[in-house]
Amino acid sequence: MIGQVPLSYYLLLSAILFAIGAGGVLIRRNVIIVLMCVEMMMNAVNLTFIAFSRYLDSTTGQIFVFMIMAVAAVEVAVGLALLVELNRHKDSVNINDFNSLKG
Amino acid sequence: MILSLLIIIPIAGAIVIAFVPRDQDNMIKWLAVATTALALLVSLPLYFGFADGVSGYQFEEIRPWIPALNINYHVGIDGLSLFLVLLTTFLTLISVISSWTAITDGLKEYMACMLLLEAAVIGVFISLDLFLFYLFWEASLIPMALLIGKWGGSRRIYAAVKFIIYTMAGSTLMLVAALVLYVNGGTSDLPTLVSTLSLSQNLQIILFFAFALAFSVKVPLFPLHTWLPTAHVEAPTAGSIMLAGVLLKMGTYSYLRFAIPLFPDAVAYWTPLLVTLAIIGILYGALVALVQDDVKKLVAYSSVAHMGFIVLGTFSGGQQGMSGAVLQMINHGLSTGMLFFMVGVLYEQRHTRLFSEYGGIWVKVPVFGTYFLLAVFSSVGLPGLNGFVGEFVILLGTFKVNPIAAALGTFGIVLAAWYLLTATRKVMMGPFNEANRNLKDMNMREAGIAFVLILFCFIIGLFPNLLFDKINPATAELAEMISATTLIAGQ
Amino acid sequence: MTQLIWLTIALPVLGLLINGLFGRRIGNRTVSIIAPLMVLLAFLVGVGAFFETMGRGGEAVAVPLWTWVTIGDFNVPISLLVDPLSLTMVLVVTGVGFLIHVYATAYMVHSDDHGHDHDDRDFSRFFTFLNLFIASMLVLVLGDNYLMMYVGWELVGVSSYLLIGYWFDRPSEAQTPINLGSNTEPVKLQPLLSPAASGMKAFIVNRIGDVGFALGVFLLWSTFGTLQFNEIFPRAVEVSEAMPSVIPWIAALLFVGAIGKSAQLPLYVWLPDAMAGPTPVSALIHAATMVTAGVYMIVRSNILYSLAPGVSMAVAVIGMATAFFAATIALVQVDLKRVLAYSTVSQLGYMFAAVGVGAYTAGMFHLVTHAFFKALLFLGAGSVMHALHDVIDIRRMGGLKDKMKITWITFWIGGLALAGFPLMSGFFSKDEILAHVFEASPILWFFGILTAGMTAFYTFRAIFIAFHGKPRDHHLYEHAHESRTPITFALSVLAVLAIFGGLLGLPTFLGLPHFLNGWLEPVLYELPHAAEEHHMSFGAEMGLLATSAVVAVGGIFLAYFFYMLQPSIPQNLARSTRSLFALLAHKYWIDELYDTLFVQPGLKLAQAFADGLDKVVIDDMFVDGTARLIGRFGGILSKLQNGYTGSYALATFIGVIIMISYFFLR
Repeated sequence: MIGQVPLSYYLLLSAILFAIGAGGVLIRRNVIIVLMCVEMMMNAVNLTFIAFSRYLDSTTGQIFVFMIMAVAAVEVAVGLALLVELNRHKDSVNINDFNSLKG
Repeated sequence: MILSLLIIIPIAGAIVIAFVPRDQDNMIKWLAVATTALALLVSLPLYFGFADGVSGYQFEEIRPWIPALNINYHVGIDGLSLFLVLLTTFLTLISVISSWTAITDGLKEYMACMLLLEAAVIGVFISLDLFLFYLFWEASLIPMALLIGKWGGSRRIYAAVKFIIYTMAGSTLMLVAALVLYVNGGTSDLPTLVSTLSLSQNLQIILFFAFALAFSVKVPLFPLHTWLPTAHVEAPTAGSIMLAGVLLKMGTYSYLRFAIPLFPDAVAYWTPLLVTLAIIGILYGALVALVQDDVKKLVAYSSVAHMGFIVLGTFSGGQQGMSGAVLQMINHGLSTGMLFFMVGVLYEQRHTRLFSEYGGIWVKVPVFGTYFLLAVFSSVGLPGLNGFVGEFVILLGTFKVNPIAAALGTFGIVLAAWYLLTATRKVMMGPFNEANRNLKDMNMREAGIAFVLILFCFIIGLFPNLLFDKINPATAELAEMISATTLIAGQ
Repeated sequence: MTQLIWLTIALPVLGLLINGLFGRRIGNRTVSIIAPLMVLLAFLVGVGAFFETMGRGGEAVAVPLWTWVTIGDFNVPISLLVDPLSLTMVLVVTGVGFLIHVYATAYMVHSDDHGHDHDDRDFSRFFTFLNLFIASMLVLVLGDNYLMMYVGWELVGVSSYLLIGYWFDRPSEAQTPINLGSNTEPVKLQPLLSPAASGMKAFIVNRIGDVGFALGVFLLWSTFGTLQFNEIFPRAVEVSEAMPSVIPWIAALLFVGAIGKSAQLPLYVWLPDAMAGPTPVSALIHAATMVTAGVYMIVRSNILYSLAPGVSMAVAVIGMATAFFAATIALVQVDLKRVLAYSTVSQLGYMFAAVGVGAYTAGMFHLVTHAFFKALLFLGAGSVMHALHDVIDIRRMGGLKDKMKITWITFWIGGLALAGFPLMSGFFSKDEILAHVFEASPILWFFGILTAGMTAFYTFRAIFIAFHGKPRDHHLYEHAHESRTPITFALSVLAVLAIFGGLLGLPTFLGLPHFLNGWLEPVLYELPHAAEEHHMSFGAEMGLLATSAVVAVGGIFLAYFFYMLQPSIPQNLARSTRSLFALLAHKYWIDELYDTLFVQPGLKLAQAFADGLDKVVIDDMFVDGTARLIGRFGGILSKLQNGYTGSYALATFIGVIIMISYFFLR
């Protein structure tokens, strides 16, 4: 079935997803949304892996995807925990309020 | 196996102490004493089993460590390091006992730090692999910095940061030089490098500088010495004992262990500078010590002067000077360690170290006074005590090669008498200062420590051959190495 | 006994260990038995060794104990040398030392105004140090190599430091100005240093000399490859021919040590201040034994000095200059112990003059007799101090002869011996020195005889003021009393020795036996090409002897005339030469000169180093400065960290894009 959809479509979709994610990370102020955008970028990469895995008929890509998913899960767990703490600390979810490392 | 045990025992002790509940103060103290006593006990066979009159390493151990890079865990001792290892195990025990009542806050971490420090310092003295050595060298900084930074005086953070950054900055170039050696020799094993590697003289001169810089900061050689008084003044008593007693020796020992045998052709090039700095250190340290108003600072500057003697002996170019330097490392550890301990006894009661707060206290504390005087005499280099033998032999060896340096160095002992007797006069003599009316004399624990320290001072002073017989083969080899290269250079 | 000579050192060490460790527990009475007993036993061992050595004809015996230091070709044993010279010193040190120990058992007990006796606060500490001194001095004289001599040399220095500073909590004392009559301003005197400061001064000045001594030892080793006496001396002539300049250097450097230890110009300044110590200490260390170590050293190294005639002449000149210089200061001192201290410096000068002109036996002879009579004088002064509650200013004494007969008589005997009164011990020894000096240089002799006259004068000036005339301070006079038996015993024995000590060396030109000449002969080396011994004519010798006698008697009579018959003369004389008088009373301002030239600049330099160079330049500018520089650089860079996560992410993206484009566009 996938044979009918050319690889370039997947890559294009993945690129669009990645760009949206990147844009979100850069533009949005809400930390939760930034985090979601990071997830989206990661999933764009996952999509590329899967597509290539199918196209090249190799499972390596799929294994990578599992790894990334695991990392993403960890990231969410740690990231959200941090976020909750940050929110408690600063009473805000605005990313620009978290600037204690300012030089 | 003994040598590895000496590293393992303190680390194991530190781990055990880490699991003891925080409020079990006595248990922590006794565990620390037991560990250090065990280490001392284990280290004794090193002396009795050490073969006299044989050059080369003894009690050697080689195990693969990073086989892919041909880096081994290689330890062993010879005449240069034997007594430093013993001094370390001995002084650590003394330090632990001396902090019996001085430390109340964070005792657990404190004792763990002491033990880790012991392991790291012993590691430095027994490593025969460049990377192993570097590992221990840097590792020794951390517990010491913590000791200063957590249990120190009012400017402890400043002192700790200064100590760690200064010494670390000094040793960065050493790492680079070690890598150059590794690349050139294909191994980081010291004995192999010494016997096989032949570098051009120019490269040797550069690499010697890189090593010597690290060592000179540690010694500390003038003008790289200013971290020392700060660190000493802020460090707790036991920290000062360890710092002066063994940590400084890492610098002078490493000259003899690494810099000279690895780069024999560079020694002649750098000797004039190092001897000059040593002489300046002797005179300058003594003069600056003379006008200090803080007893501990005075002892710290006296260390600068005394370590100058050791460097002078190291680079005197003859066997007498080198053997004297090795002996003097031990002597300085004992006598300066004892002086710091004595100052600590006063500080624990009065919480001040200013001369103006004392005066005439010999009347009140006769036992303390006697030991203080003996410590001063040992430091001044009075015959019968240890310091005399070391200084005499160093100056004798120096005189043969460089009479002017020897004359200036000898003048340094006049200044030593001046500042140390001034200190004695200000603390113990003169009219009794009423601020000390509640001063108590040393208790059994303190007097016991002082007695053991001074006993060793007397033994070394009267029978220095007990040490020289074991030191001489190693220094003879070194002296031959240097004179051989001078001969070649002369042709 | 010869093989057991180590006992002479071990016994005092045992005494000091017992008294030092358990002194407070065993009680002061036990302490005061143990300490003298140990010295007495050491003396007996010395006597035994003396007779054995006599029987051997003075042959030297080495008693090796253990190997001390071995490093490569440097090898020094701990080994003792028993020969006539070392035994002479051993007997003087332990003999006089024993008497002084006995004396001190009574001296260190103070009686208060109610007549109650109190032991000194640190009774056992005193005897511990005193035993330490005896042991150290014996190491110095018995060592059979230069390193052991140096060891003893330093150890006597430290014993001296400890004993001078024994009353370490006593403050510095002001001195009453010297009144010169109604319409002249009194001469103010410098305050006396505190015991603690005096001890330190003694130790440091001694160490300055020791630098020379140490360098001499180093040079000896570099030249000969050994420090053993019996290996150096036989080779000295040969080495001197091969390297003519080395031996004079060695001799000169060793002499620098002697200058410090034996209080010669210019390092004599510590000895007068050493009088801050208890009087037995002044008698034992600063008169009889330690200060003569320099003389002993030169006699021991006689071959080296004979091979360095220039240095020897310098020794003689410095010795005689010191003798003269110190005697002038002694003329006007008002402190009884200081009169004796300057007289000691002066007499040591004689000894150096003797050994400088090659009269080694004469130097040793005077060393021995001086030990007897000067110890006697000091102990006499101590007895007076004891009676007067530590008053030592002769201006507050007077008429004491009625109150303390034995002290008075023995002090007279000591004074006569010091003045060189005919047939007393000092007469023979001083005359022998002057005769030898005359042979070498009549100019030096002239200063010597002038000094002899001054010596007689100042000694009897002190005696007449202190013991004769009317009491000046009635309160003190009323309380004065003869001292207890241990004190009078020591005084009496020393008085006998001071009278008959001259029998050791009667004038040879009169055909009388000179014991020391034969006794010391084995230790004196002859130069191979020594000129035929030149003897002065009988008439010349006789003339010199008569001159000495006349000068001594004349000096004594002048003092009698000035202070007993016409007491107004000295005051008028002082008034008319006020500036000269003040110069002498202020000891030529030498202490102040040294203070301005060396001590203060040294301290200023040290302060400048500590505050300026160390704190500001090295530590602040370079060390902390580097840290600050790096910190400032980091501060600039840290401006890039504006705290907005978005901008960091943007920077990351731009970076990634640049990297990717680099790969594509490459």
